[in-house]
Amino acid sequence: MRNGKLTAAAIAASMGLLLSACGGGSADEEGFSAPVADNPSFEDGTTMAEYADSGEITIGVKKDQPLFGLENLNGEMEGFDVAIGEIIAGKLGIPADAINWKETPSKNRELYLEQGKVDMVVATYTINDKRAERVSFAGPYYEAGQDLMVKQSNDSITGPESLRDSEAKVCSARGSTPSERIREYIDNSRLVLFDTYSKCADALRNGQAQAVTTDNSILMGLVSENENQFKVVGETFSEEPYGVGIVKGDVDFCEFINDSLRTAAENGTYQEAWNSTAGEVSEKTPELPELRSCS
Amino acid sequence: MQVLIDNYHLYLRGLGTTLQICLYAGLLTLVVGTFIAGCRVAPLTPLRAFGTAWVTVFRNCPLAVVLFFMAFGIPALGVNASYFVFGTIGLALYTSAFVCEAIRSGINAVSPGQAEAARSVGLGFGQTLRLVILPQAVRSIIPPLGSVMIAMIKNSAIAGAFGIGGDLYAVGIRQSSAQGEAIIPVLVGVALGYLIITIPAGLLLSYVERKVAIAR
Repeated sequence: MRNGKLTAAAIAASMGLLLSACGGGSADEEGFSAPVADNPSFEDGTTMAEYADSGEITIGVKKDQPLFGLENLNGEMEGFDVAIGEIIAGKLGIPADAINWKETPSKNRELYLEQGKVDMVVATYTINDKRAERVSFAGPYYEAGQDLMVKQSNDSITGPESLRDSEAKVCSARGSTPSERIREYIDNSRLVLFDTYSKCADALRNGQAQAVTTDNSILMGLVSENENQFKVVGETFSEEPYGVGIVKGDVDFCEFINDSLRTAAENGTYQEAWNSTAGEVSEKTPELPELRSCS
Repeated sequence: MQVLIDNYHLYLRGLGTTLQICLYAGLLTLVVGTFIAGCRVAPLTPLRAFGTAWVTVFRNCPLAVVLFFMAFGIPALGVNASYFVFGTIGLALYTSAFVCEAIRSGINAVSPGQAEAARSVGLGFGQTLRLVILPQAVRSIIPPLGSVMIAMIKNSAIAGAFGIGGDLYAVGIRQSSAQGEAIIPVLVGVALGYLIITIPAGLLLSYVERKVAIAR
């Protein structure tokens, strides 16, 4: 039958496409790879022993944040958060390909940890007291700060103070810490809120907003994606220590993560992780911030 | 539930913004919807075509697409207004297609004799529609019109996702996300807010229906 042949040919063709699609991109690139410990031993009953024995771990990340947590077109995870996750998993003897990356939007981070949907969260997760009531934080592993991004041609906005007496509208993400802090400088009617920062970038491009505010880490990603269109102005005007969120009260695991970070900073893995991710658009390599004590 | 008590002013403000969106969009949508319904039954072919096209486009486009176009397409064409205006207009355009169809079903329910009688005493199309047909049509479509309006109130949450700050939906996100509150009580608060608007609206509509309904 004519039709049958056609269908068969179509199926064969699409299978071929599928196979070739799968084939591409799996080759090892020169990206960051964390060292993996050989059979590390942990005390029985600890969280570390549990993960090391099971040989896998679920890490909550963002998948839409260039330079920090991004799922690329090959479906692979990349970014500084991802690298930090790999470093910690490596210390547990878990190789990068045994990590389950679970997308964890900002509003679900505490919930996912409480419900056990993720084992830890490395997702541009600012440590603050309110959140620390529900989860424990290891780290911080990076000190971000809030900044303003404007169009390349804009000279009137030089920092948050310059917003006070202007008419400028400022875009930020709904429910983010920066969207709360910017309220000190502008009133509600001048705050534009979207669910993602890429929409803010569109609003900035269209002239619907004159500035975008969030952590410099995210702005760096946006500037790098829109070369010669946007720029970051002024000094950072907040401190946003990014921590690793874990189940509330797991002091052992927290100390283990802190140790892993400290070792990585000492042997250069931390710097390497930065340079091969966010470091691509940033001039200076950060130092590991002073770690908080676990509680 | 402490979060609701501590942040009641935020919820009240959110309720206010949502009410504003619904009020403006509601008024606009009734005007536009009625006008388009008039077009769809007009004796002139171009007007009918325009009405049909309008309804086809806005009834079949997902609301999010309409709003996305308002929020990102229109500014790209060089028209700038606040997101509140864009969101409200987008919501009204979308809902107007449904209002139009509700009104048209009401017009169809009016006996053709009414229109013939109106014409025979010398009324033109506009007068016939305005003075004879629409008043009768509207009385029979209060329930479907009410459903459309209540759907619009709930849809305003989607409009809130397109740049409008401070509506009820935004308050919920702000609390659960930036301020790290437990999500269930926050959502209960948001749901209560919408119920505060929709339930009285429903009651009002039943009351109006009882008052003006005509038995055929």
